Amino acid sequence: MREDVIRILVPVGSLGAGVRADEVRYGIERGAHAIASDAGSTDSGAAYLALGISKNNREAVKRDLKILMKAQADARIPLIIGSCGQAGGDDGLNWTRDIALEVAKELGVTPKIALIYSEQNKDVLKAKNAAGKITPLPPLGPLANDTIDACEHIVAAMGPEPYIAALEAGADIVLGGRTTDTAVLASFALMKGAPAGPSWHAAKVAECGAQCTVNPTRGSGVLISIGADSFQVEPLRTDNHCDPHSVSAHMLYENADPFLLTEPGGVLDVAAAQYSFVGERAVEVTGSIWREMPYTMKLEGAAKGRYQTIMLIGIQDPIILARIDDFHDRMLDALYDRVRNAVGPSAGDFHISLRMYGWNAVSGDRPAPGTPPPREVGVLFVATADTQAMATQIAKACNPYFFHFPLELDKELPSHGFAFSPADIERGPVYEFKLNHVVEVANPMELVRLEWIDLANKGAAQ
Amino acid sequence: MTTVRQACRHIRSKNAGPFWVTIDLFFDGERNFKKYAESPALGPEALARLYGADASLVKRYAVPSLHMVKVSYPRANAQGGEVERDMHCGQQFVRLLDVELD
Repeated sequence: MREDVIRILVPVGSLGAGVRADEVRYGIERGAHAIASDAGSTDSGAAYLALGISKNNREAVKRDLKILMKAQADARIPLIIGSCGQAGGDDGLNWTRDIALEVAKELGVTPKIALIYSEQNKDVLKAKNAAGKITPLPPLGPLANDTIDACEHIVAAMGPEPYIAALEAGADIVLGGRTTDTAVLASFALMKGAPAGPSWHAAKVAECGAQCTVNPTRGSGVLISIGADSFQVEPLRTDNHCDPHSVSAHMLYENADPFLLTEPGGVLDVAAAQYSFVGERAVEVTGSIWREMPYTMKLEGAAKGRYQTIMLIGIQDPIILARIDDFHDRMLDALYDRVRNAVGPSAGDFHISLRMYGWNAVSGDRPAPGTPPPREVGVLFVATADTQAMATQIAKACNPYFFHFPLELDKELPSHGFAFSPADIERGPVYEFKLNHVVEVANPMELVRLEWIDLANKGAAQ
Repeated sequence: MTTVRQACRHIRSKNAGPFWVTIDLFFDGERNFKKYAESPALGPEALARLYGADASLVKRYAVPSLHMVKVSYPRANAQGGEVERDMHCGQQFVRLLDVELD
Protein backbone atom coordinates (compact mmCIF):
# COMPACT_ATOMS: atom_id res chain seq x y z
CA MET A 1 0.00 0.00 0.00
CA ARG A 2 1.02 3.59 -0.46
CA GLU A 3 2.72 5.57 2.29
CA ASP A 4 -0.17 7.97 2.53
CA VAL A 5 -2.58 5.27 3.66
CA ILE A 6 -4.61 6.20 6.75
CA ARG A 7 -5.21 3.33 9.15
CA ILE A 8 -8.03 3.42 11.69
CA LEU A 9 -8.25 0.86 14.46
CA VAL A 10 -11.90 0.08 15.18
CA PRO A 11 -11.66 -1.99 18.37
CA VAL A 12 -15.31 -2.95 18.85
CA GLY A 13 -18.77 -2.38 17.41
CA SER A 14 -19.89 -0.48 20.49
CA LEU A 15 -17.90 0.74 23.49
CA GLY A 16 -18.64 -1.55 26.42
CA ALA A 17 -19.23 -4.64 24.28
CA GLY A 18 -15.75 -6.00 25.02
CA VAL A 19 -12.51 -4.48 23.67
CA ARG A 20 -9.62 -6.97 23.56
CA ALA A 21 -6.18 -5.71 24.54
CA ASP A 22 -4.37 -8.14 22.21
CA GLU A 23 -6.40 -6.92 19.23
CA VAL A 24 -5.65 -3.30 20.05
CA ARG A 25 -1.94 -4.16 20.32
CA TYR A 26 -2.07 -5.86 16.91
CA GLY A 27 -3.77 -2.87 15.30
CA ILE A 28 -1.21 -0.47 16.70
CA GLU A 29 1.65 -2.69 15.53
CA ARG A 30 0.06 -2.59 12.08
CA GLY A 31 0.48 1.17 12.14
CA ALA A 32 -2.93 2.55 13.22
CA HIS A 33 -3.08 6.35 13.10
CA ALA A 34 -6.17 6.63 15.29
CA ILE A 35 -8.58 4.54 17.33
CA ALA A 36 -12.27 5.14 16.70
CA SER A 37 -15.43 3.53 18.04
CA ASP A 38 -19.07 4.20 18.33
CA ALA A 39 -20.70 3.79 21.76
CA GLY A 40 -24.39 3.78 21.02
CA SER A 41 -27.40 3.06 18.92
CA THR A 42 -31.14 3.67 18.80
CA ASP A 43 -31.70 -0.07 18.42
CA SER A 44 -32.46 -0.84 22.02
CA GLY A 45 -35.28 1.64 22.16
CA ALA A 46 -36.10 5.19 23.14
CA ALA A 47 -35.85 4.61 26.90
CA TYR A 48 -32.10 5.23 26.90
CA LEU A 49 -32.41 8.66 25.29
CA ALA A 50 -35.42 9.59 27.41
CA LEU A 51 -33.74 8.53 30.66
CA GLY A 52 -30.18 9.55 29.76
CA ILE A 53 -28.82 6.13 30.70
CA SER A 54 -26.76 3.53 28.86
CA LYS A 55 -27.70 -0.04 28.04
CA ASN A 56 -24.15 -1.00 28.94
CA ASN A 57 -23.10 -1.19 32.55
CA ARG A 58 -20.54 1.26 33.86
CA GLU A 59 -17.89 -1.34 34.62
CA ALA A 60 -17.97 -2.71 31.06
CA VAL A 61 -17.53 0.76 29.58
CA LYS A 62 -14.77 1.55 32.06
CA ARG A 63 -12.95 -1.68 31.25
CA ASP A 64 -13.03 -0.92 27.51
CA LEU A 65 -12.03 2.71 28.01
CA LYS A 66 -9.10 1.66 30.17
CA ILE A 67 -7.63 -0.51 27.42
CA LEU A 68 -8.20 2.19 24.79
CA MET A 69 -6.97 5.12 26.88
CA LYS A 70 -3.79 3.21 27.75
CA ALA A 71 -3.24 2.45 24.07
CA GLN A 72 -3.90 6.11 23.22
CA ALA A 73 -1.34 7.31 25.75
CA ASP A 74 1.30 4.72 24.82
CA ALA A 75 0.97 5.07 21.03
CA ARG A 76 0.21 8.81 21.13
CA ILE A 77 -2.60 8.50 18.60
CA PRO A 78 -6.07 10.01 18.99
CA LEU A 79 -8.95 8.09 20.55
CA ILE A 80 -12.33 9.03 19.09
CA ILE A 81 -15.63 7.84 20.64
CA GLY A 82 -19.05 8.82 19.27
CA SER A 83 -22.62 8.52 20.57
CA CYS A 84 -21.33 8.34 24.13
CA GLY A 85 -23.56 6.74 26.74
CA GLN A 86 -25.78 4.92 24.21
CA ALA A 87 -28.15 7.65 23.09
CA GLY A 88 -25.56 10.42 22.90
CA GLY A 89 -27.53 12.98 24.92
CA ASP A 90 -25.75 15.33 27.31
CA ASP A 91 -26.34 12.97 30.26
CA GLY A 92 -24.79 10.06 28.35
CA LEU A 93 -21.78 12.12 27.31
CA ASN A 94 -21.22 13.41 30.86
CA TRP A 95 -21.50 9.85 32.20
CA THR A 96 -18.80 8.73 29.77
CA ARG A 97 -16.68 11.82 30.56
CA ASP A 98 -16.72 10.97 34.26
CA ILE A 99 -15.67 7.39 33.55
CA ALA A 100 -12.83 8.65 31.34
CA LEU A 101 -11.63 11.02 34.05
CA GLU A 102 -11.65 8.18 36.57
CA VAL A 103 -9.65 5.98 34.18
CA ALA A 104 -7.16 8.78 33.49
CA LYS A 105 -6.52 9.12 37.20
CA GLU A 106 -6.05 5.37 37.64
CA LEU A 107 -3.69 5.15 34.65
CA GLY A 108 -1.82 8.30 35.60
CA VAL A 109 -2.35 9.80 32.12
CA THR A 110 -3.19 13.42 31.30
CA PRO A 111 -4.90 13.59 27.91
CA LYS A 112 -6.49 16.67 26.39
CA ILE A 113 -10.15 15.68 26.11
CA ALA A 114 -12.67 17.30 23.78
CA LEU A 115 -16.37 16.93 24.60
CA ILE A 116 -18.77 17.50 21.72
CA TYR A 117 -22.38 17.95 22.76
CA SER A 118 -25.26 17.60 20.30
CA GLU A 119 -28.33 17.61 22.53
CA GLN A 120 -30.77 20.21 21.26
CA ASN A 121 -32.59 23.11 22.87
CA LYS A 122 -36.33 22.92 22.17
CA ASP A 123 -36.69 26.64 21.50
CA VAL A 124 -33.89 26.54 18.96
CA LEU A 125 -35.60 23.65 17.19
CA LYS A 126 -38.96 25.43 17.22
CA ALA A 127 -37.30 28.43 15.59
CA LYS A 128 -35.73 26.15 12.99
CA ASN A 129 -39.14 24.55 12.42
CA ALA A 130 -40.82 27.94 12.03
CA ALA A 131 -38.14 28.90 9.50
CA GLY A 132 -38.93 25.80 7.45
CA LYS A 133 -35.53 24.24 8.20
CA ILE A 134 -36.90 20.95 9.54
CA THR A 135 -38.04 18.35 7.02
CA PRO A 136 -39.82 15.06 7.78
CA LEU A 137 -38.55 11.71 6.51
CA PRO A 138 -41.11 9.02 5.60
CA PRO A 139 -43.27 7.70 7.16
CA LEU A 140 -43.66 10.78 9.39
CA GLY A 141 -45.19 14.11 8.46
CA PRO A 142 -44.33 17.74 9.24
CA LEU A 143 -43.11 18.43 12.75
CA ALA A 144 -45.49 20.00 15.27
CA ASN A 145 -44.19 22.05 18.18
CA ASP A 146 -46.25 19.80 20.47
CA THR A 147 -44.12 16.88 19.36
CA ILE A 148 -40.94 18.78 20.21
CA ASP A 149 -42.40 19.56 23.65
CA ALA A 150 -43.42 15.93 24.18
CA CYS A 151 -39.82 14.74 23.91
CA GLU A 152 -37.76 14.27 27.08
CA HIS A 153 -34.52 14.76 25.16
CA ILE A 154 -33.67 15.53 21.53
CA VAL A 155 -30.31 14.96 19.88
CA ALA A 156 -29.00 15.79 16.41
CA ALA A 157 -26.70 13.22 14.81
CA MET A 158 -23.39 14.91 14.03
CA GLY A 159 -21.19 14.45 11.01
CA PRO A 160 -17.38 14.30 11.07
CA GLU A 161 -16.74 18.07 11.10
CA PRO A 162 -16.99 18.66 14.89
CA TYR A 163 -14.58 15.74 15.41
CA ILE A 164 -12.19 17.21 12.87
CA ALA A 165 -12.39 20.57 14.65
CA ALA A 166 -11.54 18.90 17.97
CA LEU A 167 -8.68 16.86 16.50
CA GLU A 168 -7.22 19.88 14.71
CA ALA A 169 -7.30 21.76 18.01
CA GLY A 170 -5.11 19.07 19.52
CA ALA A 171 -7.52 16.67 21.22
CA ASP A 172 -5.97 13.39 22.40
CA ILE A 173 -9.39 12.00 23.16
CA VAL A 174 -12.67 13.09 21.58
CA LEU A 175 -15.89 12.09 23.33
CA GLY A 176 -18.89 12.96 21.20
CA GLY A 177 -22.63 13.03 21.71
CA ARG A 178 -24.96 11.53 19.13
CA THR A 179 -23.17 11.04 15.84
CA THR A 180 -23.72 8.82 12.83
CA ASP A 181 -21.67 5.65 13.39
CA THR A 182 -19.87 6.23 10.12
CA ALA A 183 -18.92 9.85 10.82
CA VAL A 184 -17.07 8.85 14.00
CA LEU A 185 -14.99 6.29 12.10
CA ALA A 186 -14.46 8.43 8.97
CA SER A 187 -13.53 11.69 10.73
CA PHE A 188 -9.77 11.16 11.14
CA ALA A 189 -9.23 9.97 7.56
CA LEU A 190 -11.28 12.86 6.16
CA MET A 191 -9.24 15.31 8.24
CA LYS A 192 -6.07 13.86 6.72
CA GLY A 193 -7.43 14.44 3.24
CA ALA A 194 -8.28 10.82 2.41
CA PRO A 195 -10.84 10.49 -0.40
CA ALA A 196 -14.42 10.81 0.80
CA GLY A 197 -15.94 7.75 -0.95
CA PRO A 198 -13.50 5.18 0.45
CA SER A 199 -13.38 6.93 3.86
CA TRP A 200 -17.14 6.80 4.35
CA HIS A 201 -17.52 3.32 2.90
CA ALA A 202 -14.70 1.95 5.08
CA ALA A 203 -16.41 3.50 8.09
CA LYS A 204 -19.73 1.90 7.19
CA VAL A 205 -18.11 -1.52 6.80
CA ALA A 206 -16.33 -1.19 10.17
CA GLU A 207 -19.18 0.33 12.19
CA CYS A 208 -20.09 -2.95 13.88
CA GLY A 209 -16.50 -4.09 14.40
CA ALA A 210 -15.97 -7.74 13.53
CA GLN A 211 -19.50 -8.12 12.16
CA CYS A 212 -18.09 -7.61 8.64
CA THR A 213 -15.73 -10.58 9.06
CA VAL A 214 -16.31 -14.24 8.23
CA ASN A 215 -16.44 -15.21 11.93
CA PRO A 216 -18.14 -12.27 13.65
CA THR A 217 -18.02 -13.95 17.06
CA ARG A 218 -14.27 -14.48 16.81
CA GLY A 219 -12.76 -11.23 17.99
CA SER A 220 -14.17 -7.75 18.31
CA GLY A 221 -12.52 -5.30 15.96
CA VAL A 222 -11.16 -4.52 12.52
CA LEU A 223 -8.50 -2.32 10.96
CA ILE A 224 -9.51 -0.12 8.02
CA SER A 225 -6.82 1.30 5.74
CA ILE A 226 -7.88 4.09 3.40
CA GLY A 227 -5.69 4.71 0.35
CA ALA A 228 -5.79 7.09 -2.59
CA ASP A 229 -8.79 5.51 -4.34
CA SER A 230 -9.70 2.43 -2.31
CA PHE A 231 -9.78 0.98 1.18
CA GLN A 232 -8.94 -2.31 2.82
CA VAL A 233 -10.45 -3.99 5.86
CA GLU A 234 -9.04 -6.82 7.96
CA PRO A 235 -9.95 -8.35 11.34
CA LEU A 236 -7.78 -7.53 14.33
CA ARG A 237 -7.49 -11.24 15.11
CA THR A 238 -5.08 -13.13 12.88
CA ASP A 239 -7.15 -16.35 12.98
CA ASN A 240 -10.14 -14.59 11.43
CA HIS A 241 -10.53 -13.07 7.96
CA CYS A 242 -12.80 -10.96 5.77
CA ASP A 243 -14.03 -12.09 2.39
CA PRO A 244 -15.74 -10.13 -0.40
CA HIS A 245 -19.12 -11.49 0.65
CA SER A 246 -18.79 -10.68 4.37
CA VAL A 247 -17.73 -7.12 3.55
CA SER A 248 -20.26 -6.38 0.82
CA ALA A 249 -23.11 -7.96 2.78
CA HIS A 250 -22.50 -5.64 5.72
CA MET A 251 -23.70 -2.64 3.73
CA LEU A 252 -27.10 -4.33 3.69
CA TYR A 253 -27.29 -4.69 7.45
CA GLU A 254 -29.82 -2.43 9.21
CA ASN A 255 -29.95 -0.25 6.10
CA ALA A 256 -33.22 0.30 4.27
CA ASP A 257 -31.29 0.89 1.02
CA PRO A 258 -28.45 -1.49 0.06
CA PHE A 259 -26.59 1.02 -2.12
CA LEU A 260 -27.11 4.48 -0.64
CA LEU A 261 -26.33 5.79 2.82
CA THR A 262 -27.36 9.35 3.61
CA GLU A 263 -25.03 11.19 5.96
CA PRO A 264 -24.68 14.81 7.07
CA GLY A 265 -23.53 16.68 3.98
CA GLY A 266 -23.79 13.92 1.44
CA VAL A 267 -24.66 10.43 0.38
CA LEU A 268 -22.44 7.36 0.08
CA ASP A 269 -23.14 5.36 -3.10
CA VAL A 270 -21.70 1.83 -3.21
CA ALA A 271 -23.69 0.55 -6.21
CA ALA A 272 -20.53 0.33 -8.32
CA ALA A 273 -18.19 -0.88 -5.56
CA GLN A 274 -15.95 -3.86 -6.30
CA TYR A 275 -14.75 -6.20 -3.56
CA SER A 276 -11.68 -8.43 -3.86
CA PHE A 277 -9.30 -10.42 -1.66
CA VAL A 278 -5.94 -8.94 -0.73
CA GLY A 279 -3.82 -11.76 0.65
CA GLU A 280 -5.76 -14.21 2.80
CA ARG A 281 -7.30 -12.00 5.48
CA ALA A 282 -8.15 -8.61 3.98
CA VAL A 283 -10.59 -7.32 1.39
CA GLU A 284 -9.98 -4.33 -0.85
CA VAL A 285 -12.88 -2.18 -2.02
CA THR A 286 -12.82 0.20 -4.97
CA GLY A 287 -15.51 2.27 -6.64
CA SER A 288 -17.12 3.85 -3.54
CA ILE A 289 -18.59 7.24 -4.37
CA TRP A 290 -19.45 10.21 -2.15
CA ARG A 291 -21.85 12.81 -3.47
CA GLU A 292 -22.16 16.10 -1.64
CA MET A 293 -25.62 17.26 -0.63
CA PRO A 294 -27.00 20.14 1.42
CA TYR A 295 -25.85 19.72 5.03
CA THR A 296 -28.54 18.27 7.29
CA MET A 297 -28.52 16.56 10.66
CA LYS A 298 -30.99 13.86 11.63
CA LEU A 299 -32.97 14.48 14.81
CA GLU A 300 -33.83 11.81 17.36
CA GLY A 301 -36.30 12.55 20.12
CA ALA A 302 -37.66 10.30 22.83
CA ALA A 303 -40.98 10.84 24.58
CA LYS A 304 -42.44 9.28 27.68
CA GLY A 305 -45.78 7.60 27.16
CA ARG A 306 -48.27 5.84 29.41
CA TYR A 307 -47.40 3.40 32.19
CA GLN A 308 -47.42 -0.39 32.27
CA THR A 309 -47.74 -3.09 34.92
CA ILE A 310 -47.16 -6.72 33.95
CA MET A 311 -47.88 -10.23 35.30
CA LEU A 312 -46.81 -13.64 34.02
CA ILE A 313 -48.28 -17.15 34.15
CA GLY A 314 -47.41 -20.47 32.55
CA ILE A 315 -50.04 -22.96 31.37
CA GLN A 316 -49.41 -26.67 30.69
CA ASP A 317 -52.96 -28.03 31.01
CA PRO A 318 -53.51 -29.79 27.64
CA ILE A 319 -57.27 -29.17 27.72
CA ILE A 320 -56.73 -25.41 27.79
CA LEU A 321 -53.86 -25.59 25.28
CA ALA A 322 -56.06 -27.45 22.80
CA ARG A 323 -58.34 -24.38 22.75
CA ILE A 324 -55.78 -21.70 23.47
CA ASP A 325 -57.19 -19.00 21.15
CA ASP A 326 -60.65 -19.46 22.58
CA PHE A 327 -59.19 -19.29 26.08
CA HIS A 328 -57.28 -16.09 25.22
CA ASP A 329 -60.37 -14.33 23.88
CA ARG A 330 -62.56 -15.28 26.80
CA MET A 331 -59.98 -14.34 29.40
CA LEU A 332 -59.34 -10.97 27.74
CA ASP A 333 -63.08 -10.19 27.72
CA ALA A 334 -63.35 -11.22 31.36
CA LEU A 335 -60.40 -9.01 32.36
CA TYR A 336 -61.88 -5.95 30.62
CA ASP A 337 -65.23 -6.59 32.32
CA ARG A 338 -63.52 -7.02 35.66
CA VAL A 339 -61.70 -3.67 35.37
CA ARG A 340 -64.87 -1.84 34.29
CA ASN A 341 -66.71 -3.29 37.29
CA ALA A 342 -64.00 -3.14 39.92
CA VAL A 343 -62.20 0.08 38.97
CA GLY A 344 -64.86 1.88 36.97
CA PRO A 345 -64.45 5.08 34.95
CA SER A 346 -61.32 6.14 36.87
CA ALA A 347 -59.42 3.46 34.91
CA GLY A 348 -59.64 5.85 31.97
CA ASP A 349 -58.73 4.68 28.48
CA PHE A 350 -56.80 1.66 29.76
CA HIS A 351 -55.43 -1.14 27.59
CA ILE A 352 -54.84 -4.81 28.39
CA SER A 353 -52.97 -7.24 26.18
CA LEU A 354 -52.33 -10.94 26.76
CA ARG A 355 -49.29 -12.20 24.90
CA MET A 356 -49.21 -15.97 24.52
CA TYR A 357 -45.51 -16.86 24.49
CA GLY A 358 -45.06 -20.29 22.93
CA TRP A 359 -48.07 -19.74 20.70
CA ASN A 360 -48.30 -16.36 18.95
CA ALA A 361 -46.91 -13.65 21.26
CA VAL A 362 -44.29 -12.30 18.89
CA SER A 363 -46.48 -11.91 15.81
CA GLY A 364 -49.89 -11.52 17.44
CA ASP A 365 -51.21 -13.45 14.42
CA ARG A 366 -53.77 -16.16 14.90
CA PRO A 367 -52.22 -19.53 13.89
CA ALA A 368 -54.03 -21.41 11.10
CA PRO A 369 -56.84 -23.79 12.15
CA GLY A 370 -55.39 -27.24 12.76
CA THR A 371 -52.06 -25.95 14.11
CA PRO A 372 -51.01 -28.48 16.77
CA PRO A 373 -51.27 -27.12 20.33
CA PRO A 374 -48.03 -26.19 22.10
CA ARG A 375 -46.68 -28.11 25.11
CA GLU A 376 -46.99 -25.03 27.27
CA VAL A 377 -47.48 -21.30 26.92
CA GLY A 378 -46.35 -18.35 28.97
CA VAL A 379 -49.01 -15.66 29.17
CA LEU A 380 -47.73 -12.14 29.68
CA PHE A 381 -50.36 -9.73 30.97
CA VAL A 382 -49.65 -6.08 30.08
CA ALA A 383 -51.86 -3.33 31.49
CA THR A 384 -51.32 0.19 30.15
CA ALA A 385 -52.85 3.25 31.85
CA ASP A 386 -52.29 6.96 32.37
CA THR A 387 -50.42 6.53 35.64
CA GLN A 388 -48.30 3.80 37.17
CA ALA A 389 -50.67 3.63 40.13
CA MET A 390 -53.65 3.03 37.80
CA ALA A 391 -51.80 0.38 35.75
CA THR A 392 -51.04 -1.45 38.98
CA GLN A 393 -54.59 -1.02 40.29
CA ILE A 394 -55.83 -2.60 37.05
CA ALA A 395 -53.37 -5.48 37.40
CA LYS A 396 -54.42 -6.07 40.99
CA ALA A 397 -58.09 -6.05 40.00
CA CYS A 398 -57.32 -8.62 37.30
CA ASN A 399 -55.07 -10.72 39.52
CA PRO A 400 -57.57 -13.42 40.64
CA TYR A 401 -59.05 -13.75 37.14
CA PHE A 402 -55.68 -13.93 35.45
CA PHE A 403 -54.35 -16.61 37.76
CA HIS A 404 -57.48 -18.77 38.01
CA PHE A 405 -59.48 -18.22 34.83
CA PRO A 406 -61.18 -21.49 33.73
CA LEU A 407 -61.93 -22.68 30.22
CA GLU A 408 -65.44 -23.70 31.31
CA LEU A 409 -67.11 -21.46 33.85
CA ASP A 410 -69.00 -24.32 35.51
CA LYS A 411 -65.84 -26.27 36.36
CA GLU A 412 -63.55 -26.07 39.37
CA LEU A 413 -61.24 -23.06 39.16
CA PRO A 414 -57.73 -23.95 38.01
CA SER A 415 -54.54 -22.31 39.25
CA HIS A 416 -52.22 -21.40 36.41
CA GLY A 417 -48.50 -21.54 37.06
CA PHE A 418 -47.40 -18.20 38.38
CA ALA A 419 -43.77 -17.50 38.97
CA PHE A 420 -43.57 -14.58 41.35
CA SER A 421 -45.09 -13.14 44.49
CA PRO A 422 -46.07 -10.35 44.54
CA ALA A 423 -47.34 -11.11 41.09
CA ASP A 424 -47.53 -7.62 39.57
CA ILE A 425 -44.41 -5.90 38.31
CA GLU A 426 -44.36 -2.16 37.66
CA ARG A 427 -42.58 -1.63 34.36
CA GLY A 428 -42.58 2.17 34.30
CA PRO A 429 -43.53 4.27 31.30
CA VAL A 430 -43.44 3.31 27.64
CA TYR A 431 -40.81 5.30 25.73
CA GLU A 432 -41.13 6.06 22.04
CA PHE A 433 -39.08 7.77 19.37
CA LYS A 434 -41.09 10.69 18.07
CA LEU A 435 -38.84 12.30 15.49
CA ASN A 436 -37.77 11.17 12.04
CA HIS A 437 -36.78 14.56 10.70
CA VAL A 438 -33.69 16.33 9.45
CA VAL A 439 -32.65 19.87 10.29
CA GLU A 440 -30.77 22.15 7.91
CA VAL A 441 -27.83 23.95 9.47
CA ALA A 442 -25.81 26.95 8.34
CA ASN A 443 -22.62 25.06 9.19
CA PRO A 444 -21.80 21.72 10.87
CA MET A 445 -21.01 23.40 14.21
CA GLU A 446 -24.21 25.46 14.45
CA LEU A 447 -26.10 23.03 16.71
CA VAL A 448 -22.99 21.59 18.38
CA ARG A 449 -21.10 22.66 21.53
CA LEU A 450 -17.39 21.90 21.97
CA GLU A 451 -15.89 21.87 25.48
CA TRP A 452 -12.43 20.94 26.72
CA ILE A 453 -10.81 19.22 29.67
CA ASP A 454 -7.03 19.48 29.45
CA LEU A 455 -5.68 17.24 32.20
CA ALA A 456 -2.04 18.18 31.54
CA ASN A 457 -2.80 21.86 31.88
CA LYS A 458 -5.86 22.17 34.08
CA GLY A 459 -5.55 25.93 34.45
CA ALA A 460 -5.94 26.31 30.70
CA ALA A 461 -9.17 24.33 30.53
CA GLN A 462 -11.72 26.41 28.66
CA MET B 1 -44.98 -24.15 -6.04
CA THR B 2 -41.86 -22.69 -4.43
CA THR B 3 -41.87 -20.91 -1.10
CA VAL B 4 -39.45 -18.24 0.12
CA ARG B 5 -38.08 -20.79 2.57
CA GLN B 6 -37.25 -23.18 -0.29
CA ALA B 7 -35.68 -20.59 -2.60
CA CYS B 8 -33.44 -18.86 -0.05
CA ARG B 9 -30.39 -20.04 1.85
CA HIS B 10 -30.68 -17.26 4.42
CA ILE B 11 -33.32 -14.69 5.39
CA ARG B 12 -33.03 -12.05 8.07
CA SER B 13 -34.96 -9.01 9.27
CA LYS B 14 -33.88 -6.00 11.30
CA ASN B 15 -35.08 -2.56 12.25
CA ALA B 16 -33.47 0.19 10.16
CA GLY B 17 -33.88 3.00 12.65
CA PRO B 18 -37.03 3.29 14.79
CA PHE B 19 -39.47 3.68 11.89
CA TRP B 20 -38.38 1.16 9.24
CA VAL B 21 -37.91 -2.57 8.89
CA THR B 22 -35.65 -4.20 6.34
CA ILE B 23 -35.66 -7.84 5.24
CA ASP B 24 -32.74 -9.44 3.40
CA LEU B 25 -33.47 -12.51 1.27
CA PHE B 26 -30.33 -14.33 0.16
CA PHE B 27 -31.37 -16.69 -2.66
CA ASP B 28 -29.64 -20.05 -2.95
CA GLY B 29 -27.96 -19.25 -6.25
CA GLU B 30 -28.31 -17.25 -9.43
CA ARG B 31 -31.10 -19.36 -10.87
CA ASN B 32 -33.57 -18.74 -8.07
CA PHE B 33 -32.44 -15.13 -7.72
CA LYS B 34 -33.18 -14.41 -11.37
CA LYS B 35 -36.42 -16.35 -11.26
CA TYR B 36 -37.87 -14.68 -8.17
CA ALA B 37 -36.21 -11.29 -7.68
CA GLU B 38 -39.13 -9.56 -9.40
CA SER B 39 -41.85 -11.82 -8.01
CA PRO B 40 -45.06 -9.94 -7.13
CA ALA B 41 -45.10 -12.02 -3.93
CA LEU B 42 -42.26 -9.78 -2.71
CA GLY B 43 -43.79 -6.58 -4.08
CA PRO B 44 -45.35 -3.56 -2.35
CA GLU B 45 -48.93 -4.88 -2.31
CA ALA B 46 -47.88 -8.21 -0.86
CA LEU B 47 -45.72 -6.56 1.80
CA ALA B 48 -48.53 -4.17 2.67
CA ARG B 49 -50.87 -7.12 3.22
CA LEU B 50 -48.36 -9.06 5.32
CA TYR B 51 -47.07 -6.23 7.49
CA GLY B 52 -49.76 -3.55 7.45
CA ALA B 53 -47.32 -1.17 5.76
CA ASP B 54 -48.18 1.66 3.37
CA ALA B 55 -47.67 0.08 -0.07
CA SER B 56 -46.58 3.37 -1.63
CA LEU B 57 -43.58 3.49 0.73
CA VAL B 58 -42.45 -0.14 0.36
CA LYS B 59 -39.08 -0.47 -1.38
CA ARG B 60 -37.47 -3.41 -3.12
CA TYR B 61 -33.87 -3.66 -4.28
CA ALA B 62 -32.14 -6.50 -6.11
CA VAL B 63 -28.41 -6.98 -5.47
CA PRO B 64 -27.26 -9.36 -8.24
CA SER B 65 -23.69 -9.76 -6.96
CA LEU B 66 -25.03 -11.30 -3.74
CA HIS B 67 -28.07 -13.02 -5.30
CA MET B 68 -30.15 -11.15 -2.79
CA VAL B 69 -33.26 -9.03 -2.61
CA LYS B 70 -33.86 -6.44 0.07
CA VAL B 71 -37.35 -5.27 0.94
CA SER B 72 -37.89 -2.34 3.30
CA TYR B 73 -41.12 -1.00 4.74
CA PRO B 74 -42.22 1.49 7.39
CA ARG B 75 -43.35 -0.03 10.67
CA ALA B 76 -47.08 0.04 11.35
CA ASN B 77 -46.21 1.20 14.90
CA ALA B 78 -43.00 3.03 15.82
CA GLN B 79 -40.45 1.01 17.78
CA GLY B 80 -41.13 0.53 21.47
CA GLY B 81 -44.79 1.55 21.66
CA GLU B 82 -47.49 0.22 23.98
CA VAL B 83 -48.03 -2.95 21.98
CA GLU B 84 -44.41 -3.62 20.95
CA ARG B 85 -43.77 -7.31 20.38
CA ASP B 86 -40.49 -7.30 18.46
CA MET B 87 -38.32 -4.32 19.35
CA HIS B 88 -35.55 -5.11 16.81
CA CYS B 89 -37.93 -6.62 14.22
CA GLY B 90 -35.56 -9.60 14.20
CA GLN B 91 -38.49 -12.03 13.95
CA GLN B 92 -40.42 -10.28 11.20
CA PHE B 93 -38.86 -12.40 8.42
CA VAL B 94 -40.75 -15.44 9.69
CA ARG B 95 -44.01 -14.21 8.16
CA LEU B 96 -42.36 -14.42 4.72
CA LEU B 97 -41.04 -17.97 5.00
CA ASP B 98 -44.08 -19.75 3.61
CA VAL B 99 -45.03 -17.14 1.04
CA GLU B 100 -45.33 -18.76 -2.39
CA LEU B 101 -43.16 -17.21 -5.06
CA ASP B 102 -44.82 -18.87 -8.06
